[in-house]
Amino acid sequence: MPETVEKVAIQLKVNGKPHSVTVEPRMLLVQLLREELDLTGTHVGCDTTYCGACTVLMNGEAVKSCTMFALQADGAEILTVEGLEKDGQLHPIQKAFGDSYGLQCGYCTPGLMLSTLQLVTKNPEPSENDIRKAIAGNTCRCTGYQNIFKAIRQASRNMKGV
Amino acid sequence: MSVDGKGWVGKAVPRKEEDRLLRGRGKFADDIKLREMLYLRFVRSSYAHANIVSIDTSDAEKIPGVICTLTGSEIASQTQPFIEMAPDPGGKIQDYPLAISKVRYQGEPVAAVMAISPGIADDGAEAVQVEYAALDPVVDAEQALTDASILHEEAGTNKVWGGVFEYGDVEQAFREAASVIEIDRMHFHRFSSTPLENNVVIAQWDPKDERIYYSCNNSFPSFAIQFLAAHLNVHIDRIRVQTSDIGGSFGIKITSYPQMAVCALASKKAGGRPIKWVETRSEHMISSAHGNERTFRDTRVALDKDGVITAITSRHIDDCGAYPRYEPLGCVIWSQVFPGVYRFKNARIDFSQAVTNKCPVGPNRGYSRMQHLWFLERVVDICAHELGIPADEMRLRNYIRPEEFPYTTPNGCIYDSGNYPKMLEVAKQLIGWDAWKKKQAEARKEGRMLGIGIGTTLDSGTNNFGQAQIVNPGAPFSGNSQGANCKLDIYGEVVVAVGSCPQGQGHETTAAQVVADVLNINPDLITVRTGFDTERNVHTGFSGTYASQFAVSGLSAVHGAAQKLKAEMKRLAAFVLKSKEEDLEFGVGGQGPEVRSKSNGKSINYWGMANIVNVNSAVLPVEMHDVTLNCRYIWRAPFKVPDIKRKYGNLTMTYASQLHIAVVEIDRETFIPKILDYVAVDDCGTVINPPIVEGQVYGATAHGIGAALLENCVYDSVGNMLTSTFSDYIPITAMNMPTVKYGHIETPSPHSYSGAKGMGEGGAAPIHTISAALQDALFDKRIFIDDSFNNPDSLFRALKGEIGRADDIVKVERRA
Repeated sequence: MPETVEKVAIQLKVNGKPHSVTVEPRMLLVQLLREELDLTGTHVGCDTTYCGACTVLMNGEAVKSCTMFALQADGAEILTVEGLEKDGQLHPIQKAFGDSYGLQCGYCTPGLMLSTLQLVTKNPEPSENDIRKAIAGNTCRCTGYQNIFKAIRQASRNMKGV
Repeated sequence: MSVDGKGWVGKAVPRKEEDRLLRGRGKFADDIKLREMLYLRFVRSSYAHANIVSIDTSDAEKIPGVICTLTGSEIASQTQPFIEMAPDPGGKIQDYPLAISKVRYQGEPVAAVMAISPGIADDGAEAVQVEYAALDPVVDAEQALTDASILHEEAGTNKVWGGVFEYGDVEQAFREAASVIEIDRMHFHRFSSTPLENNVVIAQWDPKDERIYYSCNNSFPSFAIQFLAAHLNVHIDRIRVQTSDIGGSFGIKITSYPQMAVCALASKKAGGRPIKWVETRSEHMISSAHGNERTFRDTRVALDKDGVITAITSRHIDDCGAYPRYEPLGCVIWSQVFPGVYRFKNARIDFSQAVTNKCPVGPNRGYSRMQHLWFLERVVDICAHELGIPADEMRLRNYIRPEEFPYTTPNGCIYDSGNYPKMLEVAKQLIGWDAWKKKQAEARKEGRMLGIGIGTTLDSGTNNFGQAQIVNPGAPFSGNSQGANCKLDIYGEVVVAVGSCPQGQGHETTAAQVVADVLNINPDLITVRTGFDTERNVHTGFSGTYASQFAVSGLSAVHGAAQKLKAEMKRLAAFVLKSKEEDLEFGVGGQGPEVRSKSNGKSINYWGMANIVNVNSAVLPVEMHDVTLNCRYIWRAPFKVPDIKRKYGNLTMTYASQLHIAVVEIDRETFIPKILDYVAVDDCGTVINPPIVEGQVYGATAHGIGAALLENCVYDSVGNMLTSTFSDYIPITAMNMPTVKYGHIETPSPHSYSGAKGMGEGGAAPIHTISAALQDALFDKRIFIDDSFNNPDSLFRALKGEIGRADDIVKVERRA
């Protein structure tokens, strides 16, 4: 029963900042980020790893934070959308999404940008098919993806210019 | 002040919403946390149709951290049932936000548990014991109409509404027809555009001032407060609704008022502590809202010797799920596009709507019109096919002609403008029609199933709510309106508030463009308030974001408010600058936005004007005391109440149109339908912001393609929903969304001040288009596409002869 559940201490780095927290074992990573660390840019859309609104980078790999326990991030480095900008300047990926009208309601955008970051870091010149595969786990209900494809192509160009 | 001097409307102005959303600083309802907040979890019915024998919440209440629980009988004792839009007997339906003595769909909320954390609320909900006695479920609307098993005893029937829409001389048209084609049954499936952000409600019934405060993502708050005030027995002014960023709605979030009611009552029970409810995706899938399902029966089509349709008769049965809620408005909304894009004058549609043991429906993107437009497009394609007329030629013979606009439909709607043949030409050019026709001929020689389909659709925008009186003569609604406020704040900032409730449509940007043109300043200098707030006092009873109307109703209100402000600024500046009003010009000078006199060269900036009105007002002469620089404007649509008896009148202000062409191949081994090429051509009159319009077209196209091939709300025979997660429902992804070629024509609307037409819903063009393409792919197999949903399984069954057999569905009588 809940009153007997012991909390567990974990340590992790989020957007470069170290955190020591105690969490219920059943706490999800996204709950830790949103509810405990107040990083509400990461969203929940489907609860079952389909839509990717909760995508963050864990040690450089895109993960779905809604289907991971916070415990599993013990010792990890997490990057969320709030960690993309630098000194107030938009990250080239953020700029590309904005310039390409790659978002409408903006709910899926943080997850998509992090999947994009993983893609262009590993594959600086992604093909159309590479782009589609990289965001296959990120659902967008507003844009019909056309401007997201455009944004990711632009992002890979922007990143080369960095 | 735009670079080319032509103004900001019509330009690709970057979206004002972008910066916060890109930085992860959007403010969505779930991002809000309040002091002493509790979390609500619903206990939901596992049955589709059952009597509730008992509810035992005692175990839940023993869990540490559970503060209280709420059941339907507790709610019934302190509230009124929600307003019903239907006349009797449908009007007798009693809808409460928690089930009282019986449940009518799987997922219906039965009880609520409030706890100090979401996890404890979950534990509490699991500990609530509900005993049910199962009843016969009804999951098919036609079966429901037999009343063998009744959902709502107080109504005594499952039929919510029925009526006949008849125009012209149907009998004569059939007598004179060269051919008559009969189609036994067609079916438009149930799906939802499933916004990525689920419903969220934060409610506080504050004991200090006895007001109810909502932060939520409802997308039609003016409608919600009208339902809530009557239900909760409170003055409407006691309810404050605020929205901020909303993660999509597509109409689905219009009907979240029952959950809003529960949260308020839960807060009251918890002594005024704020209550937060965040819907899970499975809850959303089984119990938020789905789009309307519709069956088309006994369709008869009269055609002349050239294949021109002269009359249609048909019987349409709409399935609205367990509770009507926004319905039966859908029983008339479809008639906004009664003849679609076609010229036929004679028709009789016998329309009825039934409740079934499924999730209640809501006005999903393309609401009620797309079902009818799909029906008409199927009729056109089936007739073309049977008469041996090519699909494009059939359309050209039947389209309303460009010179006929403004065109009055048989039921009195006025189509403002359009050019359907031109759209067809643009679309054919973009897709490379002739080349695809050649490829198709070659593919057919190889036995491949490759089809080319055309879908023409309408996106009617800005409703005349008077059409509600066609379904219920007692409905106290007519016309349409929207409010806006435009002011210079105390330091001279231009601040705009609108009664809309955007969810990604870029209203902050387009409203700023309109005001920028009125004041001749840059849109960057204008602040448009985010979201909706009853406290801004700019809403009317119709305010919200739905039904493809912002470009007309919203921007007309903004434009009106900006002009009012400009007129006041002129008066004030003329006084201060000692100049004639006609000598004044608006622009930006060395000290920011200003008004200057061409006659004496003097100017006053916005700070100066705002200063005089707000904090230096002793300098104002008495005759100028009505200048506030804070201007509220209510725009009203020029509608009349329709003729209820004849079901005749103008039901919508603007008619945007879309024409799509798809090339689809059905794999011969896997039966997977693959889109090889896709074109979407759009006409929404004068465009305010081209990339925003283009984005809406792409989004609507994705919803339509998803609905045509992937997305289907499936129920089994006893009312279990089988697609209650995204993994089962399969919203369209980047992997199955084709590249869309976008085309555009512009026929300005004579009905709106700017020539713009409301757009965004898109009329579900891809559903019509893909049905047509699949039909074409199966052209020689005597298979008819009689359902709006087609996946590999249904195509496999059709090719095996189990469904869609033309000889069972279609009869042709040739007389000439």
